[in-house]
Amino acid sequence: MIHTDYGYEVQSRDRLLCVYLYGEIDHHSAVALREDLDALLLRERPQRLVLDLSRIEFMDSAGLGLLMGRYRLMKELGGVMAIERPNERVMKILRLAGMERFFEIGGVKGVGR
Amino acid sequence: MKRRVLNERNRMSLCLPAVSVNEGVARAAIAAFCAQQNPGATELADIKCAVSEAVTNCIVHAYAGGTGAIYITVVLYTDGTVRVVIKDKGCGIADVRRAREPLYTTDAVGERSGMGFTVMENFMDRLSVHSRPGKGTVVVMTKRIGASDKKE
Repeated sequence: MIHTDYGYEVQSRDRLLCVYLYGEIDHHSAVALREDLDALLLRERPQRLVLDLSRIEFMDSAGLGLLMGRYRLMKELGGVMAIERPNERVMKILRLAGMERFFEIGGVKGVGR
Repeated sequence: MKRRVLNERNRMSLCLPAVSVNEGVARAAIAAFCAQQNPGATELADIKCAVSEAVTNCIVHAYAGGTGAIYITVVLYTDGTVRVVIKDKGCGIADVRRAREPLYTTDAVGERSGMGFTVMENFMDRLSVHSRPGKGTVVVMTKRIGASDKKE
């Protein structure tokens, strides 16, 4: 696969918004994803945003920026964000950046270290 | 440290314009090149991530969205060491030591994590960065792959 292929599917119920991301998150795809996600969040104003990463095959530090940005926006909107089902490789970079301090990852509550 | 003599097994050179779609192109090309050494899935993912960071730096920082070329050379040695050199002729980095600090970013309003060099350092065995303001930057990363699949 040469092209950076990416996208997402959305499920919304009550004030829970689940976004199932797929493909590769790098600086190239993060720019477009950021715009889409922010438009979605401002429209839906969910209480809880769940980003399912089970179909993310690649993520670099641009993905960290994307997650942190959405975390900040959710906080501004008075909601919370959680990450679900990152694969081992995605988990490695999340851990390197200490992302578990900010939001729930895989059902594990963030502990302030 | 004991000096090892490394014999070259194969080599690849790429020159890509600094546009963001080439982040994925560079990753895919390097993954294809490394495949001959039967890397483990984690090793391959680590190299792809480190390369993605270095190429993104060229696009975002060195050329700051303008035009320019990214020169990539990958060498595979007979002991399984992969050496990746990523070079640009962009703006350069005034303070490399500071740029390499975790969470350091020049981007105040955007969404840069400031983790690019930290990822390269952690995901590869060795990283060196040479830069001259106004001239450009050379990033050299090495990682030995294929030998140990024990962590898979």
